[in-house]
Amino acid sequence: MSKPHSTFQRNTFQFRNIVGERTFGFVDLADLMAKATPARSGDRLAGVAADSAEERAIAQMTLADVPLSLFLEQALVPYEADEITRLILDDHDKAAFAVISHLTVGGFRDWLLSDLATSEVLTQIRPGVTPEMAAAVSKIMRNQDLILVAKKCHVKTAFRNTIGLPGHLSTRLQPNHPTDDLTGIAASMLDGLLYANGDAVIGINPATDNVQQATRLIRMMDEVIQHYDIPTQSCVLTHVTNTIECIDQGAPVDLVFQSIGGTQATNDSFGFNLANLAEAQDAALSLNRGTVGNNVMYFETGQGSALSANAHHGLDQQTCEARAYAVARKFNPLLVNTVVGFIGPEYLYDGKEITRAGLEDHFCGKLLGLPMGCDVCYTNHAEADQNDMDNLLTLLGVAGCTFVMGIPGSDDIMLNYQTTSFHDALYARRALGLKPAPEFDLWLAKMEIFKNNEQFTLNHQLPDAFHKSLNRMIGGLS
Amino acid sequence: MNQDDYPNDHSFPTHPHAEAVTEQHEPVTENAWSKLNAFTDARVGLGRSGISVPTKHLLAFQLAHAQAIDAVHTQLDSAGLAAQLTAQDWAKDWTKHCAPLLLHSRATDRATYLQRPDYGRRLDEESADTLDEHRASTSQQYDLAIVVVDGLSSLAIEQNTLPFLQALAGYLNGWSLAPICFVEQGRVAIGDDVCERLNAKCVLVLVGERPGLSSPDSLGLYLTWGGKVGLTDAYRNCISNVRPAGLVYQEAARKAFYLLNEARTLKLSGVKLKDRSDDDLIIDTSKESKNFLIS
Repeated sequence: MSKPHSTFQRNTFQFRNIVGERTFGFVDLADLMAKATPARSGDRLAGVAADSAEERAIAQMTLADVPLSLFLEQALVPYEADEITRLILDDHDKAAFAVISHLTVGGFRDWLLSDLATSEVLTQIRPGVTPEMAAAVSKIMRNQDLILVAKKCHVKTAFRNTIGLPGHLSTRLQPNHPTDDLTGIAASMLDGLLYANGDAVIGINPATDNVQQATRLIRMMDEVIQHYDIPTQSCVLTHVTNTIECIDQGAPVDLVFQSIGGTQATNDSFGFNLANLAEAQDAALSLNRGTVGNNVMYFETGQGSALSANAHHGLDQQTCEARAYAVARKFNPLLVNTVVGFIGPEYLYDGKEITRAGLEDHFCGKLLGLPMGCDVCYTNHAEADQNDMDNLLTLLGVAGCTFVMGIPGSDDIMLNYQTTSFHDALYARRALGLKPAPEFDLWLAKMEIFKNNEQFTLNHQLPDAFHKSLNRMIGGLS
Repeated sequence: MNQDDYPNDHSFPTHPHAEAVTEQHEPVTENAWSKLNAFTDARVGLGRSGISVPTKHLLAFQLAHAQAIDAVHTQLDSAGLAAQLTAQDWAKDWTKHCAPLLLHSRATDRATYLQRPDYGRRLDEESADTLDEHRASTSQQYDLAIVVVDGLSSLAIEQNTLPFLQALAGYLNGWSLAPICFVEQGRVAIGDDVCERLNAKCVLVLVGERPGLSSPDSLGLYLTWGGKVGLTDAYRNCISNVRPAGLVYQEAARKAFYLLNEARTLKLSGVKLKDRSDDDLIIDTSKESKNFLIS
């Protein structure tokens, strides 16, 4: 951060709102959006947040009167300077937008909550909604609004199973290990599978991030998936250019991963551009490894990444985040994951801010047509704990979240943070009646992992198929 | 399998290799694979109460989280640590000319520190004055400034600083050392502020790393050649996870000295300075055996 709390020149205000004796002014659309954003530490750090609770509320009232069409006329990041702005505006579908083109941001909220906005209609308008429109309306929605509208947005994707059906919740099995030790990784994989996790993806964050290591881990997961005939997919979360090399060298790549941000400068700092993603998508599609679908991309996002890269163009962090979803939807991903509490308290300070951000990201992603999941998580220097995670997990489950993480006992021993556990996913299933992907659900029954798929009851015996390998490893099972 | 195959739990067939059939009698179901925790620190095979984490593991987790929180929020007793250091025989060369200097960042308290990383990277006015006065008081040229910073774990600093420095001391004959500095509410980059004000050739920062649930006491080492305010991470070399259960002190000191020596020879640090201290170790992954799940 070079200039926290930098002051803007306020010579001219694009937006004014007179309340009683006072005139509140907002320099431009970006300033108005930032000041209308529910409070969070990252916007304070960037110096773009409202100065007072009153100013924030006035900004929200002012934003509610802005016509949606203004977002098509005034780019928040210059068109010439940013390929994501160009992507957003060049790909905008005017016909799809026609249904909502007469609305203001406030009117859009009413419309989204109304019975006019059915699941079918919400699907139709998707290409007409820009990330900025989604971000704007989310800023004047309460948590329950974000949940209710997101629940109406159905986004189905597929690779070796079908993700995102209503009434379903999938999990990424995340068997990370601090030295990429194959036995340690296999132990976490076994634990996860026997706790009925892993239908979204089995995805490893490698401790050593290079092509050789990624290939080693990709092969390892592929062997397990084939050996047990698991209807799921694998991914090593390495840089997109590494994955392209892995594919070139013949590695059995299912999904291509990349962390993405909402400005070109953020993605520059991540070391990729849109052309790299297109190349990677083509490479993965050429392998033709999907059986029921060909969504081959896995993206991760998170509020604060643009500010962290000093690439936020004076925007608030949630608007930057929503713009990342334009990048994601260009490449028809199988999964998009907002890693909401990982970045730390300088961006999202406590459980309340993390919860709000998680619901915003899920809503915006779903409205824009993404298979949105959430890494419900926190670090040990944030003001948050397991109870905050329980709350957010439950809220996201109600909202129809596509997937969450699953890790042994909530403790990621490689990344040193806490995310949802295998047990947590089963809690959400039981409390809310959410089933795994149908193909995976059948596999769980076939393997005798679930004793009762309807009641999410686990077998109390070790399933036969795992017995031999486990007995060889630790012995003494008989 | 569906429920119809087995009308109730009591008719469930016993498997010849089955784990103890406890579900009908005991609220906690143990996992047959719990012994896998011998092969990983991951919390595998916890068992379950219904589908939930059993009480003993729930409480163990809470204790680990509590320790991590305390590591973040407990204030570093830098005066006490400085006194302990001064009392060590092996540290006499470092402390005989000048007692350790106690400094503070611009972050006034922990809440500010956590939300304003920029404040944690700069010394407050009083600390800057202290260093400027010291610099003006001597003509000594310093090869190395060692800066001990609380960072996100005061526990890491309290447990690991003295034993690590003792291990490092053996390597540093012939190095002209600046007074050791202790900084409260600091981040890694504050070492650059110190280095610049003392006009030292390079700086080694000892900082408490972000605590993990199983590692609240992890020390990080950051080396910068020619540290000055405004440098990015690209100019630093890092050695992570220094603690008895991680990278042990002798190994950490060996690696740190390797980097210090290379930096002094090449007059640079960061991405252009590669850690080849382990190049004699060759790992051949092509002969690696298959993981146990498919063997």
